[in-house]
Amino acid sequence: MIVGQQKPLEEIWDMIKDHSRVLVFGCNTCVAVCQQGGNKEAEIIASLLRMKATQEGLDIEIKDGGIERQCEHEFFESATKSLEWADAVVSTACGIGVQFLAEKYESLPVYPGLNTTFLGAVEKFGVYTERCQACGQCVLGLTGGICPIARCAKRLMNGPCGGSTRGKCEINKDLDCAWQLIIDRLKAMDKMDNYEKIIPVKDWSSDRAGGPRKFVREDIQV
Amino acid sequence: MSVKTPSKLEKILASGQLAVTSECGPPRGSDPEDITRKAELIKNHVDAINITDNQTSVTRMCSLAACIRLKLMGLEPVLQMVTRDRNRIAIQSDILGAASFDINNMLCLSGDHQSFGDCKLGQNVHDLDSIQLIQTVRMMRDEAKFLGGDDIKCPPKMFVGAAANPFADPFEIRVPRLAKKIAAGVEFIQTQCIYNLDKFEKWMEGVRERGLHEKVHILAGLTPMKSAGMARYMKNRVPGMDVPEELVKRLAGVPKEKQAQEGIDICIESIQRLKSVDGVHGFHVMAIEWEEKVPEIVERAGLYPRPTIDK
Ligand code: SF4
Ligand code: SF4
Repeated sequence: MIVGQQKPLEEIWDMIKDHSRVLVFGCNTCVAVCQQGGNKEAEIIASLLRMKATQEGLDIEIKDGGIERQCEHEFFESATKSLEWADAVVSTACGIGVQFLAEKYESLPVYPGLNTTFLGAVEKFGVYTERCQACGQCVLGLTGGICPIARCAKRLMNGPCGGSTRGKCEINKDLDCAWQLIIDRLKAMDKMDNYEKIIPVKDWSSDRAGGPRKFVREDIQV
Repeated sequence: MSVKTPSKLEKILASGQLAVTSECGPPRGSDPEDITRKAELIKNHVDAINITDNQTSVTRMCSLAACIRLKLMGLEPVLQMVTRDRNRIAIQSDILGAASFDINNMLCLSGDHQSFGDCKLGQNVHDLDSIQLIQTVRMMRDEAKFLGGDDIKCPPKMFVGAAANPFADPFEIRVPRLAKKIAAGVEFIQTQCIYNLDKFEKWMEGVRERGLHEKVHILAGLTPMKSAGMARYMKNRVPGMDVPEELVKRLAGVPKEKQAQEGIDICIESIQRLKSVDGVHGFHVMAIEWEEKVPEIVERAGLYPRPTIDK
């Protein structure tokens, strides 16, 4: 899922303080899992902003709302009325949702309520960690199911580097060294031979490097 | 191992003599004398001088320019290149640039993470990793091809090196990792600073078991300790460094003003012991900001005078 972290209230406030009808708009799928941008969180942010407006003596009407997903057209219908009411929206979706919303309402200022952080997993309740950087050509089959691009600080394809210490990464003692994890897995699977296969220079053209990406399925389009 | 480049380092290693290299860190400014002064101190005692590439991710004068300064002095540089700061266009272009100045040695590294340096907020590149960099230089040299497949008119004649850290974890991968670098085409290795000689010898045993010592020239890396404080810092703070407690104790056991000399003595004793390790073909003496001590170390270790090689 996509993990996001709520922006500091001050930062959100600075973006909206010159508007008069603000909608804080939640997205109830990915970011709601880490309890940062769901519809419930949008409600809380809206009430904090209302308090702030009162403190500052500004007459801003602030409402909250939300839909299941801000990255798909079909969910927006239910929110048309409140979106048309607003003269500014704080979207607490990931960056995708924020942009999708902005594209739909050409003249409506849309502000991000979250910092979109990474594609990650719920390691345990309250702990989310990065797993994938959507490089567009998955190498997990070669690396024991552990991603050297998202999880090695230097995205080494043939690691580990010389800084790997007691299973931890050179940049942070709390961070697992991806290559230690890869080797542990290869060992457990009795596939250590795989380690000596050189992963050749990577084709990054399917990654961010190749420009914005698009995936079209002619067969299922209507 | 037949000689493939005009590199003096390669010739000395191929002749079976122990090679001695050292390194100079370029300045954090544009004064060329900072580099030429350091080189003057060591030039008669080493065969080649590595120029580090923004080591520990601290911004400095570029390695290539500093290497050219050495060339202008008639010395033999080893261009260190990290994959952290350059994509494949810049890498290939810098290699050609270096070759155009008859720089014939390169050390392929991934580089420390930028969070250690002065640009913590910056991006890193890592388009290639160190093993892929080795492959790239070898391809440019041997096949006269760019990564993109086009021909190179005058291919770069680089003697290709890399680092090896026998002390990083996981230990069992450290010999296979060397094997991987050899398979990628590396020709010489300069190791991480060796303080734990037992562990190094154990690694070398693994290297010999697989016959790897016959496929690559291994230069044992040494850095003299200046004080017990430095030893403690290296032990506790520097990732991938293995400093045995006895060494810290030995340094701490002598008065402060004598610790530096003790550090030099330890370094020389280490070289003496490692000389007899089968597969060690030379020494890489990294006296960090202490270049003036290199002559003493090289002489007392019995590695002086340096061989002369006909061009
Ligand atoms: S290899 Fe690419 S697609 Fe696969 S997990 Fe890593 S970043 Fe994601
Ligand atoms: S310590 Fe491990 S995870 Fe960290 S940069 Fe090195 S290889 Fe990558």
